[in-house]
Amino acid sequence: MPSFLTILLAAILTDNYVLSRSIGICPFLGVSKKLSSSLGMGAAVIFVMGCAAAVTYPIYQLLLKLKLEYLKTVAFILIIALFVQLVEIAMKKILPPLYRALGVYLPLITTNCAVLGVTINNIDDGYSYGTSVWNAVCVGIGFTVALVIFSGVRSRIETADVPETFKGIPVTLVAAAIVSMSFSAFSGMI
Amino acid sequence: MAQKGYLYEFTKGFIKENPTLVGLLGMCPTLAVTSQAFNALGMGLATTFVLVGSNLVISLLRKVIPSTVKLPCYIVIIAGFVTIVDFLLHGFVPALHENLGTFLSLITVNCIILGRAEMFASKNKVLPSILDGLGMGLGFTCALLAIGTIREIFGAGTWMAGSGIIELTLPESFPTLSIFTSTAGGFMTLGLLVALVGLLTKKKPPAEVGCGNCPMAGSCTGCTSGEEADA
Repeated sequence: MPSFLTILLAAILTDNYVLSRSIGICPFLGVSKKLSSSLGMGAAVIFVMGCAAAVTYPIYQLLLKLKLEYLKTVAFILIIALFVQLVEIAMKKILPPLYRALGVYLPLITTNCAVLGVTINNIDDGYSYGTSVWNAVCVGIGFTVALVIFSGVRSRIETADVPETFKGIPVTLVAAAIVSMSFSAFSGMI
Repeated sequence: MAQKGYLYEFTKGFIKENPTLVGLLGMCPTLAVTSQAFNALGMGLATTFVLVGSNLVISLLRKVIPSTVKLPCYIVIIAGFVTIVDFLLHGFVPALHENLGTFLSLITVNCIILGRAEMFASKNKVLPSILDGLGMGLGFTCALLAIGTIREIFGAGTWMAGSGIIELTLPESFPTLSIFTSTAGGFMTLGLLVALVGLLTKKKPPAEVGCGNCPMAGSCTGCTSGEEADA
């Protein structure tokens, strides 16, 4: 079982979900235009990932008992969708300021494959309950780091003189390639 | 849409509305499994199967599912088909099952499938929905295979390695760049291909991924601003 610090460093630097494993690319390209939206999305993802891991772990134990573990994809995605809805409703009622800051990002998270990905990877890697939740939170932090870094890169592209053919998405993808390349320098650190 | 003919529903997914290179949907599998052409092909065909199946069932149930709970219903139907594919690959092509790993489960949240369910299958009859799913799925497969081919040839100097059907190995003297097999190479190849398709079709690539093109835009409150800009 890897130590807590190893998990944190791996999730941010060497095994970043977005930049090394290419999971969660849609929000990475879609919401990274401004620093403020990157931070908001990142915070919402950290929160939902941590909670999703905490909720899905006992569900998987239940499925194991019932010998229905092949249903984990169906069960997990339903739980995550349900949970996101619940959080949205609860947050609107109880913490309106937080809702105003994060609320718009919550529905986007249901179909964010990084959330489903981290819960399934936790099970596949055989993590214990505490490690699962910590791993999910760390993966969320790694996601946020990637988003924040990339929002800085994108603000430079906005003002750059890009060839007509590459305007828009192609240049963004090439820039993402360079950011990902720089992160691959961390590989082998842990 | 049905008046445009069945042939159109089938062929539009290949180039005109190609989900990957024109629509920029389903980015995660596009980048993650395409370091080898064989994995890309397998992923594409698995997604096609799920897409045809979910389009068929959702189209059959389009008058039964109440619109307030349609998204959870679609997700359960899609996840069911993903589980079937998971079993089939595990039984018949275990090597591919091993390679794709988590990404098989992640077909559930591939926005191409949910997007076709929301935009096509829930509004059209069964036969056009099946053809739409088949066309879109094969368009996705072709795009994945193209990216996989480029990445494997330039990154590893082989083609379709591990497939056991047609395997090509380029001579040792062929210069390979290992960067193509890494994630960075995936981003790069996809960026260049999207630019190329934009150049050939003389259509500007969409400026944004995400909300603007997101099939969920209508039902997702976070996207209303993006949707207005799009309309």
